[in-house]
Amino acid sequence: MLVITALIVVRLENLFTVAMVTGIYSLLSAVFFTLMDAVDVAFTEAAVGAGVSTVLMLGTLSLVGHQQKKRKTVQWFPLTIVTITGLLLMYGTLDIPPFGEGGNPIHGHVTTVHYLEESSHETGMPNVVTSVLASYRGYDTMGETTVVFTAMVGILLLMSGKKRKPSGDVEGGPSGR
Amino acid sequence: MNAMGLLNYWFVIVLMMIGFYVLIAQGNLVKKIVGLNIFQTSVFVFYISMGKITGATAPILDSDWSVYSNPLPHVLILTAIVVGVATSALGLSLTVRIHEAYGSVEEDEINEMDE
Amino acid sequence: MEDNVILRVATKILTPYIFLFALYVQFHGDYGPGGGFQAGVIFAAGFVLYALIYGLETARRVLPLKFAALCGALGVLIYGGVGITTMMKGGEFLNYNYLDSHNAEHGQHLGILLVELGVLTTVFGVMVVIFYSFAGRRDIQS
Repeated sequence: MLVITALIVVRLENLFTVAMVTGIYSLLSAVFFTLMDAVDVAFTEAAVGAGVSTVLMLGTLSLVGHQQKKRKTVQWFPLTIVTITGLLLMYGTLDIPPFGEGGNPIHGHVTTVHYLEESSHETGMPNVVTSVLASYRGYDTMGETTVVFTAMVGILLLMSGKKRKPSGDVEGGPSGR
Repeated sequence: MNAMGLLNYWFVIVLMMIGFYVLIAQGNLVKKIVGLNIFQTSVFVFYISMGKITGATAPILDSDWSVYSNPLPHVLILTAIVVGVATSALGLSLTVRIHEAYGSVEEDEINEMDE
Repeated sequence: MEDNVILRVATKILTPYIFLFALYVQFHGDYGPGGGFQAGVIFAAGFVLYALIYGLETARRVLPLKFAALCGALGVLIYGGVGITTMMKGGEFLNYNYLDSHNAEHGQHLGILLVELGVLTTVFGVMVVIFYSFAGRRDIQS
């Protein structure tokens, strides 16, 4: 299902439809995350991907124009690069440990075992993902908050000036004046 | 080697390559950012599917269950999703400014205007 | 969209419940799925819905752009402030055990609560600023 949705995005030319199909893609991946027992990640992906990202893209399309220029030729050079990279990656996955087994090396690592066993004694909260995110790996979460803040600063710098139309008149920015 | 598990990873690689193709081959700047989004989400799917244990439950401690899926990939991907939306927002605002400066968002038209 | 009665009435009924749900997700992040990021995004979605139905000018009177940008910066300050507080009480940066001198587990609870509050404020402020920046730039359809 995800593959079909991604292929539709490649072939479409009306960009409003592309924004909607991207929202559907995010929602389908959120369903997949729930099937893989990743409930926090599914919640965040549904809220952020199918919510905020779709609104941003629709806002951009209303400012930029929603018809893509037709391209008649098939691009052979990117297609060969993509195929060679894909085949190399598939060759690399032959070494991956089997899917879903409890004895994989990733599950026996000392930090994972420590987090699952000691989290209820040391922090007293049942949700292990929140306790790891906020307490054991709190420094990473601070970096992430700073990244989001930097995005806000960048967008304010780019979009706060008054817009100039080609004839020279000025229109309003986000603060409304 | 489990054939169904390997097929799962190969589907994710197909998704990654579709996103990569949209990123490098399409000319419209907004569609390139959409391709970047598809690429990022497929990488998240790959990581989460590596952390799953069959027969286990979500990593919320409960007295009924004894086996939990690995919480560490969940934490990494949570951070990555938020960073991804910040990147997309910045990319889309750059696209709006490029449109105001050049009048179009097609890559070849912008290259012609620059020369 | 102000003259569509159904949309107006539905928004007026729904918006308090959206904010309430965001606060629920924030505070129950310890016991179920949830936490600061999801709650911040849902909180901002409530404001975006209000701005879409009642117009951008009305939404700007309720929540000015400068206040939203202030919220974005305040969240990072709260996070860093918790870290500096633990350092001043004698521990390392962001070691919540030192927040409460009698019981380490209460210190962890307090630290995680404050930190998630900081994350909620930042994400809410940033999402509202991004929406105002994109929606406030009027253009003629090309």
